[in-house]
Amino acid sequence: MGLKSNLHKLKMKYKGTKMAPAFNAIHTFLYLPNETTHGGTHIKAADDLKRTMNTVIMAMVPCLLFGMFNAGYQHYIALGEIQAVTGGFLSAEFWTLDNFLVGFWKILPLVIVSYGVGLAIEFLFAVIKKHEVEEGYLVTGMLVPLIVPVDIPLWMLAVAVAFGVVIGKEVFGGTGMNILNPALTIRAFLFFAYPTWMSGDKVWVHGAVERDQAIAAGESLDAISGETILGSLAQGKEAGYEVMDMFFGFIPGSVGETSTLLILLGALFLIFSKIGSWRIMMSSAIGAIAMGLIFNGVVDSGWITESSKFYGLMSTTWWHHLIIGGFAFGTVFMATDPVTASQTNKGKWIYGFLVGFISILIRVFNPAYPEGVMLAILLMNVFAPTIDHYVVQGNVKKRMKRLKVKTA
Amino acid sequence: MGLLSKKDSKLILDPLADNNPITIQVLGICSALAITAELKASIVMSISVLFVLGVGNVVISLLRNIIPSKIRIIVQLIVVAALVIIVDQVLKAFAYELSKTLSVFVGLIITNCIIMGRFEAFALGNGPWRSFLDGIGNAAGYGVILIIVGFFRELLGSGTLLGFKVLGDPIEKTGLYSLGYENNGFMLLSPMALIVVGIIIWVQRSRNKALIEDH
Repeated sequence: MGLKSNLHKLKMKYKGTKMAPAFNAIHTFLYLPNETTHGGTHIKAADDLKRTMNTVIMAMVPCLLFGMFNAGYQHYIALGEIQAVTGGFLSAEFWTLDNFLVGFWKILPLVIVSYGVGLAIEFLFAVIKKHEVEEGYLVTGMLVPLIVPVDIPLWMLAVAVAFGVVIGKEVFGGTGMNILNPALTIRAFLFFAYPTWMSGDKVWVHGAVERDQAIAAGESLDAISGETILGSLAQGKEAGYEVMDMFFGFIPGSVGETSTLLILLGALFLIFSKIGSWRIMMSSAIGAIAMGLIFNGVVDSGWITESSKFYGLMSTTWWHHLIIGGFAFGTVFMATDPVTASQTNKGKWIYGFLVGFISILIRVFNPAYPEGVMLAILLMNVFAPTIDHYVVQGNVKKRMKRLKVKTA
Repeated sequence: MGLLSKKDSKLILDPLADNNPITIQVLGICSALAITAELKASIVMSISVLFVLGVGNVVISLLRNIIPSKIRIIVQLIVVAALVIIVDQVLKAFAYELSKTLSVFVGLIITNCIIMGRFEAFALGNGPWRSFLDGIGNAAGYGVILIIVGFFRELLGSGTLLGFKVLGDPIEKTGLYSLGYENNGFMLLSPMALIVVGIIIWVQRSRNKALIEDH
């Protein structure tokens, strides 16, 4: 008598009742269902929604683990207890158990809250609306802890997840019907609702806010901080990180977005498993590079001087934009969301290009929102159906022309 | 209601719920988004619209038989503009701070679709008493939504109600704030007003399925 048969019994017992979808969901999530479809012709394919989602989650696991190490690393380095790593990606100073444990105990609760609240709402809606629980939240639930600062209070995350799942997804009809990427809706909500916890030089390092409060309460401690590279550049300061550090991800930032190397690995995995669209990833990189080159050109031709408040970000070498901030993460894991991105191949090129182009534009011109990727993707999510519409109409027109030539 | 016949009381009660100008007809949204960050502003706005629409409906109804139909829109505009200026001047005289908060939106009552809508749809074809009831009813329906939205936005966005710190002091860290609670800045931005109105529409339509339009 294993878990499977018990679950099966429970499922049978509650069949046809209100709670049926909940049991059914647990059963099918953990095991392959016993039932096969009868009658009709069906295409047999292994890549159901559950497997698709799991593939994306697998692609994100390296980022999550790295995020745990990095949270501890940034914490200890801000405290001055360890030295910055020098020996490349596999430096022993970075991959220590101490680092990992700090991050583990901070990030695990984020993951639990994200999944707990999100899935609770999914189950609730499935029961109320009397449909099966959808797998849609599996990826969102993993994305959310990766795109928030490590010290975000858990109740805020819970409120944001509830908002994002209900307003971002369920009101539109649930998985597959949403206009905006739910994970980014959650992040945007946090960003506008609690800006002090989503930007600044304290939130990216575990313990910095606590330390500030202790100092305010009269304890004699040194304040610790860690500004993101985008934050420093927006204020016209030097970022102070080596290019390889940025690429490997030894920098402050949201939990899972810092390591461009591991994100690239995830991207390769997604492309080879044909889950993520390489067109979108490629074109948004092209878009970002185009915008970066334009800005560099503007600076080179002397239109913008060092006194300008945009100078810091505008003069950033064009390809640095790809490895700092959340650009790589957003492009690989969020812009490619098959529900909210463009569906047509030509549309994907346009959509991706504009995501990259607008990301860098917002980054440079709006110092209050140094992370333009989130806003750019949300904006393009809204326009994706329009892009598709015109691509399809264009195709229809082209073929109509051909038809006329033939009949004439 | 002994005072009103059943038909007349319907004029007041319908716009409060099942024919609400904001949630069902989706009119007057601009001001509902713009001035609802504070409960006080919402209440004053509701009262202003109540006055303008109540009186305006009566005036238009009295004039309905002598207005040439070709210039009726202009006449309506003059009536509503006159009333709005009265409201504006009263606010400036007796509640200057508040009139600054409401700023241009008092003047923009003129363009509130609900008002022109009721003039056109009701006052031009009905007697003064019924027009008055209809005006009061629709303005109240508008006001109810404004006050609900204003209540939630001020409570969650600033932690206050009518300026009173009901959740504690965010700087002194008393009340809820001592537990780590923080105000939701998103609530003070206009998009959140739209979302709150949307949630009200959602709740209302799931309670009364007859309101859901078929497509």
